[in-house]
Formats: sequence, C-alpha cells, structure tokens
Amino acid sequence: MTDTNTRLLYRIYDSDIGYSFRKSRIAVAATIVTLIYFLAAIFAPLVAPTNPYDLASLNLSDAFTPPAWVEGGSSKFLIGADDQGRDLLSAIIFGARMSLLVGFASTFLAFVIGVSVGLVAGFRGGMVDAILMRIADIQLSFPAILVALLIDGVARSVMPSDMHDTIALWVLIFSIGISGWVNFARTVRGSCMVERGKEYVQAARVIGIKSTTIMVRHLLPNVMGPVLVIATIQLAVAILLEAALSFLGVGMPLTKPSLGTLINTGQNFLYSGEWWITIFPGVALAILVLAVNLVGDWMRDALNPKLR
Amino acid sequence: MAPQNDSPPLLEVRNLSIEFPTRRGTLVAVDDISLHIDQGEVLGVVGESGAGKSLTGNAIIGLLEHPGRIASGEILLNGKRIDNLSYEQMRRIRGRDIGAVFQDPLTSLNPLYTVSRQLVETIKVHTDLDTGAARARALELLEAVGIPAAKERLSSYPHEFSGGMRQRVVIALALAAEPRLIIADEPTTALDVSIQAQIIALLKRLCAERGTAVMLVTHDMGVIAETADRVAVMYAGRVVETGPVASVIQNAHHPYTSGLMGSIPHMKHGVNRLTQIDGAMPRLNAIPQGCAFNPRCEKVFDRCRKERPELISIEQNEVACWLYQSDVGGVS
Amino acid sequence: MSDAPVIGPAMTKSGTLMRVEGLKRYFDVSPPLLNRWFEGRPRQILKAVDDATFDVERGKTLSLVGESGCGKSTVARCLVGLHKPTGGKIEFDDIVVTASGTDHFAQVRHRMQMIFQDPFASLNPRWRVFNIVAEPIRAFGLIDAGVALTRRVHELLDLVGLTAEDGKKYPHEFSGGQRQRISIARALASNPEFLICDEPTSALDVSVQAQILNLMRDLQDEFGLTYLFISHDLSVVYHMSDSVGVMYLGRIVEIRSAAEFFAGPLHPYSQLLLETIPSLENIGVARAPLAGEVPNPLSPPTGCAFHPRCPFANDRCRSERPSLREVNGGLAACHGVEENRISETQQL
Repeated sequence: MTDTNTRLLYRIYDSDIGYSFRKSRIAVAATIVTLIYFLAAIFAPLVAPTNPYDLASLNLSDAFTPPAWVEGGSSKFLIGADDQGRDLLSAIIFGARMSLLVGFASTFLAFVIGVSVGLVAGFRGGMVDAILMRIADIQLSFPAILVALLIDGVARSVMPSDMHDTIALWVLIFSIGISGWVNFARTVRGSCMVERGKEYVQAARVIGIKSTTIMVRHLLPNVMGPVLVIATIQLAVAILLEAALSFLGVGMPLTKPSLGTLINTGQNFLYSGEWWITIFPGVALAILVLAVNLVGDWMRDALNPKLR
Repeated sequence: MAPQNDSPPLLEVRNLSIEFPTRRGTLVAVDDISLHIDQGEVLGVVGESGAGKSLTGNAIIGLLEHPGRIASGEILLNGKRIDNLSYEQMRRIRGRDIGAVFQDPLTSLNPLYTVSRQLVETIKVHTDLDTGAARARALELLEAVGIPAAKERLSSYPHEFSGGMRQRVVIALALAAEPRLIIADEPTTALDVSIQAQIIALLKRLCAERGTAVMLVTHDMGVIAETADRVAVMYAGRVVETGPVASVIQNAHHPYTSGLMGSIPHMKHGVNRLTQIDGAMPRLNAIPQGCAFNPRCEKVFDRCRKERPELISIEQNEVACWLYQSDVGGVS
Repeated sequence: MSDAPVIGPAMTKSGTLMRVEGLKRYFDVSPPLLNRWFEGRPRQILKAVDDATFDVERGKTLSLVGESGCGKSTVARCLVGLHKPTGGKIEFDDIVVTASGTDHFAQVRHRMQMIFQDPFASLNPRWRVFNIVAEPIRAFGLIDAGVALTRRVHELLDLVGLTAEDGKKYPHEFSGGQRQRISIARALASNPEFLICDEPTSALDVSVQAQILNLMRDLQDEFGLTYLFISHDLSVVYHMSDSVGVMYLGRIVEIRSAAEFFAGPLHPYSQLLLETIPSLENIGVARAPLAGEVPNPLSPPTGCAFHPRCPFANDRCRSERPSLREVNGGLAACHGVEENRISETQQL
C-alpha cells in the first residue's frame, strides 16, 4: 500500500466519523455482518458448497433432506435441502447474491433519478420545482408494490413468454428503482434550496458559471451527506421489496432464485413439516435487512451535527 | 481584586475554568479567570469571538451547554456559591436573582405563547403576585421598556414584533422578577445601528433606576464605552486587562488591548491605516504556552513564551503582561 | 497576458467607471396563487430598490450605507448580475450593461467581481482553496491549466497574505479573516477593475477587520481598483470611502463626497446614522437614540419614507415624495434641506 493511501486510511480512521463509528458497537457489528453478506454474494461460486444452478448435479432423492443436526439429516446438506434436492445453504448464498444485485442496482437507479430531479427542482425553484414535486407526490401515492406489479404486468404482456425469465431481473430493478427515487429527490431538493442561497453559489454565478455546472460541481458535493443515509436505508427497503415481489411470484424466477423466491418456494412445505426450506432464507433476509438498516441509522446520527 | 469593604460583591467569580472534554484531549475554553460585579454596577466583558466571554456568562447563569463544564473555581452570588447548585435550584435563581438577555431575542421568547402570558408566568413563578397583579405588572414592564400601545400589544405573539421591539420584550422579561443582576450577552448585535442605541440606552436607564447590576458581554467596544463602569478584556479564555472603562479604553496597557483599540476605525483619527494585529485568536486546541497573545504581540520577549503572566495592578488597571513585571526589568 | 501587470486595468484613465440610472428592482412577495384565490389576498410587490441613480468614479470608493432592508445589497446584486433589474440603466465603462431590451453583461462580467459578507458561506466547503481561487480564471478561460495557472494562483494567494501551501487546504482549516482573504484572492483572479464588496468585514472581529480593510486599501492603491462598498458601519465607511450614498427604504436619500458627508450630513436620516457611531472618546455618554424603527417596506409611508421618524417633518413631507436635488455640491432628497429648514449644523 502506498504512503498516501495509508495516510488517507489513517485520516478516515482518526476523523470524527471514524471515531463515532469505532465507538458504536452496533454499527461495527452491523457493518461486519453486511460485509460478510457482500463478500459471500460476490464470491458465491467459491464460497457455496454446491452450485444450485447446476441442474445436473441435483438428485431428487435428496429432496427435503432436513438440516444436519435433525434426525435424517446429512452432513452433505448443512441446513437441509429443498424440494429439488438443492443444498439450501448454497441456494441462500446465491439467493442473497440476487437480492443484493437487485437491491444495489435499483438503489442506484433511484439515486440517479432522485438526485437529478432533486437538484433541478431545488436549484431552479419556482414552476419547475412545483411540477417536479407534484410528480413526486403522485409517485408516492402509488404503493411501491403496485408500481412494480404494473410494470411487471406490462413487461410480461409486451415481451414474448420465453423472455420472461431473462427480463425478470431488469423489470425488478426498474420497478423498484422507480418506486424509490422520491426520497432522494425530496432530500436533495431540501438541501439544495439551503445551499443555493449560500454565497459560494452566488460567487459562482457572478463569474457566469453555467447552471448545470453549478449543480454538479458546487451543489452536488455539498448535498451528498444526507443522500448516503437515504441510499443505505433505500438499499434495505429495496431488498425487502424485491423479496416481497419474488414472494408474490412476479420477481426472480425459480431458475434464478433470490431470497424472496426461496421463501416463496418453502412456504408450500411449511405445514408439511419441512420448515427449514422457508425459515432459513427468511432468517437470512431478516439479518441482512436489519444489518443494513443499522448501518443506515448510525450514519444518519453520525452525519447529523444536531444529534452529536 | 478582592472586595475592599465588609460586604461581599454581588457576584464574584473566583478562578473559574471551563473545559470541554473531547477525545483529543480537554480543551480549556475559559482559563482561571476572576471577576466581580458590585451592586448596581455595569461590568463590560469584551473580547473577540472565541475569547470565552459568552461561556463565562453562561456558566454564571448555569446554562453551560454539554459537554462544557466548570473544571474549577467558584461563582458566588452575594457570597453564596451557585456553581454547584442542582439544575432545579439554579432554575429558581435564574429569573429571580439573575436575569438574562441574549443576542437573538427569538430564542428567549416562546413563539407559541403571547407576550403577556410569558411575562405573567415569569412574574408568578418568581414573586407572590396573583394573576391580576401579575398582569398589571406585565403591562407596567412593557410600558417601561417603551413598547408603544403596550396594552394592546400584551396579547401579541413574539413574531408580531419587530426585532428591536422583541429585544425590548426580552428585557422586560429579564426584569420581570426584579433581579439584582442581568447577564446581557451581545444584546444589540442582531439589531440595526439606529435600534442599538435605543436598546443600550434603555438597558442602562432601567438598570440604573432599579439598581440592577449588569454583566454586558459584547465584542463592541463602542457599546462598552457608553455603558460600562468597568471593563474586563478577554483573550483566549483569559482576562488580559481590567479596570475602569475610561482607563482601559484611553490608557490601555496590555498590547492586545491597545491593538484592539487601534484597530477600531475611528472618526477622529483620520483616514490613515488602521493599527492591525496580525494573525488571529488561537483555536482552543492550539493555545500557545506562556502568554496566549505572544505569537501576535509586537513586544514579545522570551519570558512571554514560557510563563503565563498573572494580573498585576498598573495605575488604575490590572494587566496580565510581563512588560509590567518589575523584576524582569520590563517597561513600566 | 504574461507580460501584463499582475492585475489591473490601465491606471491612467479617469472619470466614471460605472453609471447607474433609475435602477429599480422589485420583488413579487405575493402569497402563493392558491392562497390569493381562496383567501382573497392581494399581490404584494416589495420595492427593494426604487429609482437609484449614482456614478462610481474610476479608482475611487463609493460606499452605500443604510440599515438592513434598505436595498443596498440588492443594488450590489443587480450590478453583478445576480438580480435582473426591474428597470433602469446600468453602464459600465460606457458599455450599456442593462437597459430595457439590451443586455451586454457577458462583455463586462470578468471586469467586475464581488466580495461577500459571510466568509463561512462564500467558499465551497468541499473545494480546495487552489480550485476556489482558480475558478474564475478557468471560467473566463484566462489561463490554460498547467504551470501558468499554478503560478498565477500562488501569486494571488501571496498577494492577499497567504502562502502557496495554503492552496492545498480546505476552507474549514482557516479562520474567518483568512477565509475573507481567500475570497479577495478569488475576486482578483480575473483581473477585475471594479470590486463590489457587500459588508466584507461585518462578520469579522475588529482586529481582523482592520487587517482586511488595510489589505483592501493596499490593493486599491496598487491596482487602481474601484470599489463599491456596502456597509452599515459608518466608522468603517469613513475609513474606506471617497464618497457616500445613504439609502433608506429602497431609495438614495443623500449622496456626497465622504469629506463633506462626515463633516456635516444634510439629510436628517444621515444625521441620525452619524449619531449612532459609538464613540470611544465620550465615555459614559450615551448616543442620542432616535425613536422609531424602519417601517415595513411592503407598505412604505407616503411622501418622504422617513417622515414618521423625522423631527423636521411637515405636511409637505407627509404627502409629497422628495427627489434628489443638488445641495452644496452633493445630492439630497429632503424637502427640509431644500427649503433651508434643516441645516447641517442642526443636531437632532
């Protein structure tokens, strides 16, 4: 590692934010848990005991194998197998991968739309602001699930049926992203209206800097703090929403299951005694969302000077 | 600086230090200062931002903001310690014995209550008056602070007053329980120049009439000059010079005080260059060793960088500067 | 460019650099449309600047003084193009910058710059000082990036008493006075002739204020800069100005050379303002406080806006608005002065 990198790392470590992070055990624990999920998701093919997508390796006679510590369990399937004889642990790791992919991609989409709309609305003000914010209000009056179902429905009716599975991922990302931008827009607009009146922005206007340049180079860096908090919380929301949609059957297909799909598959067997098929993906989802939310909570407190 | 005669001064601050514990070490914002205010006296506490003057005022009325705390020293009101009282005990002293006027009148007034309600409540909390008498007293106070048509304005809300009028209401509120001391922290800074003079004149007249002592905390030397009897000049958490107002202003001994006086643009002095003190007040985490002013001082010598000077009497003033310590052979 | 003087126009020219005629700036502060419809509330127009006329001499300092809300900052913002004037004409070096229908502002933009009041808000907290100072140079394409730009920024930092090393830091690492120096360096970056300074020292401590005022005067002497100095502090104005304009409720009520103004102002409001300067000479003597406050600018008094506070007001003042007239080499808008009812020796 180069010297400057070391120094930068030390500066982050020694900064007020770094200090508040080190002092908050919950934040540290939540970050570690989140990181474990991220790493497991990224390196899923290396980490997972088997490849759940490899249909050839599946053996139907392994179906419904209970967790290893339960009678009839096998050490081959640590937390049991599902109805197809798939190793549940591997399915969860790959499922979390899907969930995180959809979560990040849709949050990024929401971020891009929301921040752009917020910047323009907050900087321009007046009529532009009024129109954009009314659009945001309308967006908010549709529940996110409804928006997603709508888009999904349209996409399915327009696309040929053999493409459904391939486009499912994009439909999910798009619909969750679309339903999440309003929070970004409102936050950015609010901060933007405060920053816009500050003299450094006026100084830039005096020398004739273009509005778009002012927005991107001057305002954007100064409104990013609260945006990071929103993004973290939105990530948790998006993961949950994805799970909900997949559970409803409009999300990830069975061939590429996410955590939501796994829960959905499992709930068919919940009452016939095969509880592990749905409980373990459920617990995995709950822990992931909780961890991300805790990181977001800490960030909100740390970045809000009034609470310190 | 100890009281000369038998009765103790109204307020005495002894060796007060205020510190802010932070993870990088403890910041000392007020460092071992001593002040006293006699009955009916106006003490001006002057200094630039970061000098610790407002903190001193806040410590006296028991409103130091967390995590600031009194590290050592005593605050005595009529010879009784008030720095170690509980919040509840202090709350009773605030208002009844010590009134407060802050820079922003809006922070002292509750925007949800009418002016009369706030005045009446304050009066009732601190005196034995019943509601009717308290109302009459509230009206009297509003008239005394020069609110036109006071009777009609009793039922107005704070936002219905202009800035200057609001500050008048705050002064009425501070005077409501006839306290013997008022801590006025930058009472005119947020006001327009033509209003400033009105408020200062009002504060001065009312306190003189009632024999109320005032601790006037401000950065504005002009306000001090026309209002205060004595003045204490603070720098980096320490008192560097104190004495009768005329003597400090016209015959300043400490290089900081004289520099400060010279840097005020002055109608009589012609349009020459202003005296300037280079540099800026040190940050709390970088207060230099020895005399805190030494890096900016033109007359600095070796001892200033090593030892901290104590206040010593020079003519009418008390000055904390090694220039005047005779054992060193400095200028006298 | 490289051989040209560091900063500054030809210093030989004299005469008027900026001419402002009948400048108006109104703000629509009406309640929102729906409130007006449903609650029957009227439109409200705030006349922040109403008919301001003045000239700024090349190489000199004109100060505009007045209390908050008098329109002095709005004038400044109109001149640098932050507000579009509602009416009137602005000429810069004989180029019509703003008049009805024409706008040649882009031609002169780089020749004027502004210094702001709040040094804690006027520098982008996320930018390094180097980039802050370099921004106008880049915006106007004066110097291409590279060694020349670096040298120029360092030269500017040096000029205001900072070091090249300071360019690598962020604004929060500096004190208020140092930040104002950075602000001045940025303002000088495009070689302007005209600096508009909006209360440049009112957020600073007095000892630091002295540093900044001295610096501004040194720079004026060195580069022949022209200043429009906006302030509410008459002692600072006294120290800085060649001429003084007094504003009250959006109008200029008096404008004269500084020497004459401070020797004896004409308008009763100017006299009042002068009274409010705290004196370090008369210790214990209170300033004579004048009754009353600035009226609500949304509903200014009829006639002379100052009449409710003026001890010399008569019926004419209450009904007829005075216009600026030449009196003793200066201009004053006051019936009393015009009728010789008020002389400059009279005290309030």
